[in-house]
Amino acid sequence: MAQIVVRDLTKVFKVAHRKAGVWQAIKGLVKREYNPVRALDGVSFEVGRGELVGYLGPNGAGKSTTVKILSGILVPDSGLCKIINRIPWQERAAHVQDIGVVFGQRSQLWWDLPVMDSFELLRDIYRLGPVDFNDTLEELVETLNLSAFLGVPVRQLSLGQRMRCELTASLLHRPKLLFLDEPTIGLDAVSKLVVRDFIKRLNKEHGTTILLTTHDMDDVEALCHRVMIIGRGQILMEGKLKDIRQRFARERRFIVELGNRYVEEEVKGRISKAELIYLEGNQAHFNFDPTIVTPAELLHELSAEFEVRDVLIENPPIDEVIARLYEELAI
Amino acid sequence: MTGVRLYFRYLGVSFRSQLQYPASFIMMTVGHLVVTAIEFFGLWALFDRFGSLGDWALAEVALFYGMVHVAFAIAEAAARGFDVLHRHVRTGDFDRILLRPRSTVLQVMGLEFQLMRIGRFTQGFVVLIWGISKVGIVWTLPKYLLMALSILGGCFLFVGLFVLQAVLSFWSVDSLEVVNLTTYGGVETAKVPIAIYKGWFRRFFTWIIPLATINYFPLMAVLDHQDPLNTPLWLSWLSPFFGIAFFTMSLQVWKMGLKYYHSTGS
Repeated sequence: MAQIVVRDLTKVFKVAHRKAGVWQAIKGLVKREYNPVRALDGVSFEVGRGELVGYLGPNGAGKSTTVKILSGILVPDSGLCKIINRIPWQERAAHVQDIGVVFGQRSQLWWDLPVMDSFELLRDIYRLGPVDFNDTLEELVETLNLSAFLGVPVRQLSLGQRMRCELTASLLHRPKLLFLDEPTIGLDAVSKLVVRDFIKRLNKEHGTTILLTTHDMDDVEALCHRVMIIGRGQILMEGKLKDIRQRFARERRFIVELGNRYVEEEVKGRISKAELIYLEGNQAHFNFDPTIVTPAELLHELSAEFEVRDVLIENPPIDEVIARLYEELAI
Repeated sequence: MTGVRLYFRYLGVSFRSQLQYPASFIMMTVGHLVVTAIEFFGLWALFDRFGSLGDWALAEVALFYGMVHVAFAIAEAAARGFDVLHRHVRTGDFDRILLRPRSTVLQVMGLEFQLMRIGRFTQGFVVLIWGISKVGIVWTLPKYLLMALSILGGCFLFVGLFVLQAVLSFWSVDSLEVVNLTTYGGVETAKVPIAIYKGWFRRFFTWIIPLATINYFPLMAVLDHQDPLNTPLWLSWLSPFFGIAFFTMSLQVWKMGLKYYHSTGS
């Protein structure tokens, strides 16, 4: 049973535009000209209970607009959006009781006060009973290791500590759904791992449905069961990351260490089955398509021409896959 | 937890935030007190030179002045969140309010509680007490009651103005100064009897923005003053409700503003 059902959502924003200059600014006070911007152009998808889905797309593709509609902040121009059988913007209070939202770039904590004060205020805002609140908080404090800085004002926390507190703040009321908008942005490597680990655990142990928007492909690779890719206001592709990789980057990287140094022309001329994309010193990187040529054949061809000292075969980095995908989809 | 209790929790949070910077808090409060006090001394100096303002003695004007300042100080302290809403709309923090399962009005009021407004309050209150003791009329319980109710009505009126100002910030962040004409400008206007102004100006602050109901109409009854505008006495007793009505109306406009925000975002 799908928890999130989205059908044919459209949303057009009117963006005021004016030319530079003082006179234009004054004119803009009286009469504004608007450019319509089609942020969503018929978006449909479903997310089932307990799924952890990545929502990807370049900047300005419509990710934030979707998340805002799902959380009830924004009303679409047309289309259907049902979350746990509710229309978010029509039953705002009931809806937000069931969701948690983390915006990586914005804080929901009270800046000047100790973290604990924010949590207590949230307890009152969500009308949580003392027992439930204490249980949930205790669990979160333990898994996210917050006890050392519960009494520290938010403004003095490091970004990593703050993000752990943001996650806690959005989960105190035990939401069934969690929307994460770039939760690892700007974090150092260790904090990223902590946050990632936590998200994974939350999904697994509590069955929380999670929609994750991010530009960090390591997040996606580590976490998401499924990804949806949005561009130009439409869902352009959806499926398992593995399948997308296969479709858009069937090629593998074949890295060889040669016995001697060569210049590009020498290598290119002698190898026909793979494409040389990088050569430095005696290390050469080839791309090959395993459906056309097997690694064994390639190695055979290479060793016939050169002295091969070492070989490494790897997947192209996921960032590259996504970049190529955006390019091919022209978004 | 009920809305009222939650509001006081918000006040507590805001209060503690301000006390994180005690020196700044003390200086702001004292500064606020001094600025408003100087204003009254200006008025006093004027009377010292000219003796009276039309038919009005200084002690009488002190009542006008005290009432409007007390009402405005309470409104400003309690509903300052609406006054600063445009900042939250621009940064997108207003979204967070929509993500919480409580009334938006309550949450916006709780955004910021300005304790330093105690400066204006104190000053207005002192002037009011001074006026009461010097004005030389017989004070009765109904007169006190009428004044108290009118101050309450005045709070509602000013909060209503703050709400309207906040609604404007959903449309544009540039046009807020216009509203200051009615809030800060309203205080300036109503600190003396409104009868001394030109007709159109007086009518604007009676019928469009019922500022005259905060102190002018009630004080007519309290002082048994011959009203140059011939207002009937019953209007004096009704006047506190104009503020409440204005506030109720502003909440309807707020709902329209919210609807607009829902369809555009920012």
